[in-house]
Order: sequence, then structure tokens, then C-alpha cells
Amino acid sequence: MAEETKSSGAAVLDAPAPESEGTPSVMPKRYVPWPEGADKPRIWIGMGTCGTAAGAEALKEEIEAWLQEHELEADISPVGCVGMCHNEPLVDIQVKGRPRVSYKKVSSKNLAQILKEHLVDGAASKRAAFGQLVNPDESQEPYEGIPNFHEEPFFKDQVKIVMQRCGVIDYRSIDDYIATGGYQGLKKAVTLTSDQIIDEVKKSGLRGRGGAGFPTWMKWKFARDAEGDDKYIVCNADEGDPGAFMDRAVLEGDPHSLLEGMIIGGLTIGARHGYIYCRAEYPLAIKILNNAIAQAQEKGFLGENILGSGYSLDISIKEGAGAYVCGEEMALLNSIMGERGMPMIKPPFPATRGVWGKPTNINNVETFANIAEIVKNGGDWYAYWGSETTKGTKTFALTGKVKRPGLVEVPAGTTIRSLVEEIGGGMVLKKVGFKAAQFGGPSGGCLPAEFMETGIDYESLNAGGAIMGSGGVVVMDEYNCMVDTARFFMEFTVDESCGKCTPCRDGTALMLQILERITHGEGQLEDMEKLDQISGFTKANSLCGLGQVAPNPVLTTLRYFRDEMEEHIVEKKCRAHSCDELIEYVVVEDSCTTCGLCKPPCPTDALEWEKKQVAFINHETCIRCKACVMACPFMAIK
Amino acid sequence: MTANTQEQEQELDLTRACEIAEEEVGSQGPVIRVLQRVQAEYGYIPPDFLPEMAEILEVPLARIFGALTFYSQFYTEPRGKYVVKVCVGTACHVQGSKNILDRLKETLEVDAGETTPDMMFTLEPVACIGSCGLAPLCLINTETAAHMTPAGMVEKVNAIQERESAPVAEES
Repeated sequence: MAEETKSSGAAVLDAPAPESEGTPSVMPKRYVPWPEGADKPRIWIGMGTCGTAAGAEALKEEIEAWLQEHELEADISPVGCVGMCHNEPLVDIQVKGRPRVSYKKVSSKNLAQILKEHLVDGAASKRAAFGQLVNPDESQEPYEGIPNFHEEPFFKDQVKIVMQRCGVIDYRSIDDYIATGGYQGLKKAVTLTSDQIIDEVKKSGLRGRGGAGFPTWMKWKFARDAEGDDKYIVCNADEGDPGAFMDRAVLEGDPHSLLEGMIIGGLTIGARHGYIYCRAEYPLAIKILNNAIAQAQEKGFLGENILGSGYSLDISIKEGAGAYVCGEEMALLNSIMGERGMPMIKPPFPATRGVWGKPTNINNVETFANIAEIVKNGGDWYAYWGSETTKGTKTFALTGKVKRPGLVEVPAGTTIRSLVEEIGGGMVLKKVGFKAAQFGGPSGGCLPAEFMETGIDYESLNAGGAIMGSGGVVVMDEYNCMVDTARFFMEFTVDESCGKCTPCRDGTALMLQILERITHGEGQLEDMEKLDQISGFTKANSLCGLGQVAPNPVLTTLRYFRDEMEEHIVEKKCRAHSCDELIEYVVVEDSCTTCGLCKPPCPTDALEWEKKQVAFINHETCIRCKACVMACPFMAIK
Repeated sequence: MTANTQEQEQELDLTRACEIAEEEVGSQGPVIRVLQRVQAEYGYIPPDFLPEMAEILEVPLARIFGALTFYSQFYTEPRGKYVVKVCVGTACHVQGSKNILDRLKETLEVDAGETTPDMMFTLEPVACIGSCGLAPLCLINTETAAHMTPAGMVEKVNAIQERESAPVAEES
């Protein structure tokens, strides 16, 4: 794995491109340069969707009020998501000549203290600080006793290309983007021929980050070679996988990196118009994108005669209306055209017949966000990272039962262990072990502990029965039932299947019926055989990607957690205590410390406890909500 | 479940909706855009508007109805004053969002997707809001509630009920 080193060049923000193959390359950290002549302290607040959900809006008002009260002035900027969901809300503060300091879990309780220590006393608040970002290109006096931001375990092993500016720059500011190396890729691209650009992308080894992993250069070449002058470039920002939010982070935190990639793509294939198809569940992203498009037009990066090259492109946003299948490219095109988002038989492929019947190239947000860096630094530079078959980095939305959930970007080939244990900080509950990591959303699969040392890339995940998908990783522990997980995903697919083709529509519904039967304790042994059969049929015969991968969660459960499914069927038992009808909670007397923590959460007073007495569960009134199980720190309720 | 739908439909003025449709005549693929704009204006898409829309846009009614029913974000019935969304995405699911949804169903006495008879609450499960680090997550209109518990949500809903039933309840 590439060991991160500090950038040493004079221009902080230019990544050194390797001169020859094999030169170790470095992805420098991004720092917002201190504005010339500015004296006022600067404050950045994490105000992406997740930051706002954690209360950033109220925090901003409190900061403003505090400043006013103390007759101080500061520049306050919103930033997107830096990836540390577990430490939200985040507030960064920087004063002139000192490093930027990132504060975690800021609340009304500690806000005043932080502001006072930092802005009045001239020291960083050690208790709340996460780390400091020392910009090696400015003479900054570091704070004593504050760790280096990038050396913290959560960031140490990450290599940020796509997310380099997320959470760092003001998402409303094109100037911040340009000051951190933005639009240099485009400036270089206008001097290159389309063959040269395609060649660099080819050398980079970049593959579609939407999940399928199709080589990007090839897609571009098809679209460029397609006949017709009227071509379209489309960005798929319909991030529908539950448990995935990496695209949202880019859209909200660094919208110009997407635009720059799209403009370069448009230039390469000769597109005149561009669409960004964004799901309606991301209202903030849409707002930020609209602002970014207007700014790019104003600066001449978008619109007529871009940077004097004679090339023109306009980009508009199409808002989705809530349909998961619209992430499939043909369905997406139909939706852009105002119709039901149904997939179609391919060929013709979008490269020859896409939006309004014209040649169209579709890439995912993350794919586009890689392009500018690839063009700027060269394909070899990008290909330095990654595994044999999957080059570069991949962002993952790491969620579920890990201590530090968040958004991470690591070189392809990083092991699941590194992701879960080093970056994710291990499992939430110490005593409840890792059971599986679910990759690729509803069409992915659950990989058990034996895959811990597997390097994550397209091929290794496919071999294991999962898929890369958009990069959602949900970590599950012993409290998660694998049969229920398969049922959960199947329920999702049944809801979202568009209904056009029978294998997907009926196959998924049948599988759901069987899985529901099993989780209700009415399963029969031959059900497993049936699931296997229907899975194979659905996979082989569905029209689009959605149906072809929909059985994956069932197949991986059959493959790795067969005994757990058998247990449900034969013993009518759910070892994870998740399937309501198969459980009866009891307090294990030996483990109960009589602490009483389990009593208050019980909604039906089924849990009886008196001081110094072992708790007791009344099965008549117990609704099996599991609140007591979750509340017990000693795992005494089973 | 909507007791006063009938009453509302009688007095519903579709002029603005028709204006929106007129504005989109001639634009490429207008169906979804018109539906989105009308919904933004009315809070839902009045079924009576659909035949008018078909006429204005010169698009078959079946195609409009097809698009309308395909997408989960279009509603053909008025919704409650407070839309309570419970995220049931993967990350929230593994953290127990089903329990929250179940408790809310009991408390509000409605099923998922339904509105209370007093038009106060609509309960809606949603698939992933994209803030999985804060799971389980709920939304009441636009206000987010992170790391929620069943009891916590019931408390929030009760607080709203109390506020709304107070004698000086303001009408919006």
C-alpha cells in the first residue's frame, strides 16, 4: 500500500507525476491555502447532509452568536463530508500562521470552550481536537499535543483521490477548487487530442465505479467513434443502493471535480449536451450542483467555446423521482426522457443510441471524479495504486457494526481486515464478533470471516459471490441474522423490480416468499434447493443488471451460512435472535450483574427487575423488540 | 384513510397545475417534470389533473399514469402535515430500524405509507437517505433525528401531537 508522505513540492497542490514507470507516486494532502492579506480566523463547519443531520445548522448559529458576543469576526464556510460520520458534527478552526485544527463531536456543551481556547487563548482545545492539518507549504506553527490529522488511524491508510477535497474546501467556492489544483486537468485536456486522452485513461486502468467495472476508456472510445454530431454525456448520480453514500459526498463536497471530469469526457467524445441524473432524495446535492454549474459557466469552463478551445458543452440536472432501477443505464435514459424508468434490451447500446436516440456516454459520479487527476498527472500515476486487475482507489461507505463508520477511500486491493479493523476501528460491541461484510448493496453478497484477508477488487469480490457495486460495505455481527438479511434485500428488490421481465419480477417475489416462510419458522428443507434453482434461473434470464444480480444475497447465504438457514428450518431457531417468531428471550443468570440497565428500555414492562435481583422476562407481554438485549452490556440476555 | 379527501377535491383549484403544464409544452420529455412541479406546488398530484395534463401536453393519459405510478416519490393523495420518514436502508436495518417503524405504526395506528385520519401524520419507510453513519435515522418533514430509538421517536411524535392539540394551535 502506498505509504502517505507529506507533499514536498513548492506548489502544494500539484501531485508529482512519476517520470517513469515504477516511480513511487504520492498523493499529496489537500490544504486550503491561507488567503493573501486575510487576518480573520477561518471556521469550517461540516454541513453535508450527514453533518446537518447531526446538528451542524444549529451549531453554526451558536458560533455566530458567540462571535458576536465576544466582538470577534471570522470567515465561516460550510464544507462537505470528510468521511468521519462517527465524529459528526465537525468544526475546523484556523487562525493566521497556525495549522487548521479539526474538532470532533462538537456540541453546544463544548462549543464555547473550544472557541474561547482557540480564538481567545491562542491554544487548541486538546480535549475536543481530532487533529491538526499542518500545511507544509506555509510556515505554520503547529500546536503542541494535537495529533496530526492524517496520521490518525482512520485516515492513515487512506489514499484520497476522489475525496481529496471533500470536507476540506468550501463547497460553494469555485475559487477554493481552483486554488487546490482544480480545472488543471481540463486545461491540459484542451491541448490534447481525443486519442491522447483516451490513451491516458486506458493507461490508468480506470473502470466504471458504478459497480460493473467496465473499462472507462473503452466506453469513451465507443461513444467517440459513434456516428452523429449530436452526442450526449450523462452522469449517473442516482445512488440508490441502501448503505451507499460516496457519490453524495462528492456531489456535496466537491461538485466541481465531477463537472471537470464530465467536461473532459464530453470533450473527448464530442458531446454537446450533458445531463446529471441525480436522485431526488439528495436535495442538498442538487442545490450545490446547480451553483457549481453556474460558476463554471461564468469562469468559462462550461458553455460556449470552453477555454478558447472552440468546444462547447452545456450541462443540466435531471431530478429523479424515486426508482432504484433508474441506476441501470437504459432505465436512467428512459427516465431522463420523462418516461417510466424501464430497462431495454441491449444492443443497441447507449453509445450508439441513447438519450433522444443519440450516441450517449454514461459514467458514474466517482468515475468522473477520477478523470481530472488522471489527465493532469497521467495514467501511469493513477495505475500506481490498486491491485493487478483493479487500478486506483475506491471509495467505500463503511457502515453497520463498526466503531468508526464513515466514508473511506483506499487503494483497490486493500484487505477487508484493514477496512474493518484498522480504519473502521473494529466491532462496536467487543464481545460480539464479526460475522460478515456485505458488499455491493441489495445485489451484493455477504462475505464471512474467512475472507478477512482478501484484497478487495472487482475480481475477488465476484469470486466470492459478492460484487463491488457502488461500494457500500455493511459490517454485521453475531446479532445479525443472515437469513433475515437475505430476506431484507429480497424485499427491497421485489419493491424495486420494474416488473418488465418475468424472471426478475416473479423470481424475486418467489424467493421472498420462501425466505419469509423460513424466517417465520415455517420453512422446509427443500426450500433451500428451491432457492438455489430460482436464483440460477433469475440470474440467467433477467433483462437487466438488477435482476441478474438480485439473487446474490440469497446465493451467498446458501454458500456461507447454510447451517444458519438449516437451523431456522429444522430447529426453528434464530441464533442471532433476530427473527421475531423464532425467539424467546431469557436472562442468563450467571451473566446477569443485576445492574438493571435492561429495564428502562422495555416498552411493555415485560422485563421485571428489582435492585440486586436477576432480571426476568415475562414471555406473555414480551414483544421481542430486543431493546433489553441491546441495552445489556454483559450479553446476559439471550 | 383520508377522510376529507372528498371535501378537498371539491374545492381544489387546478389552474396553477394547468399553467405549469402549459409552460412545459414543447420541452423535451416533459411528463416527469410537470409531475414534479405540480407536486411541489400542491404537495401531491391531484388525479383530476391527469386528463387535463394529457390534453395540454398531447401525451396519452396511459403514459402519464404509467410514469406517475412507476416512481415512488409521486403521491396521488394529500399527505399529513408531518411526514415521518423512517429509514429502512441496510445500515439502519442492521441497527434496528424495523423496531422503530413497528412502534410508530402502533403509536399512530396507521400502516406504512398511510396518513392518520386527522391528516396530521404520514408514516413512510424510505430506503436510505445516505447518512448511514448516523443510523438508525428518521426524518420528521426536513428535521433529522439521528441514532434514533423506538422510544425516542414515539416521544417526538407525542410532543408534536401535544403541541398541535394545544388550544392555541396555529393553522398553517
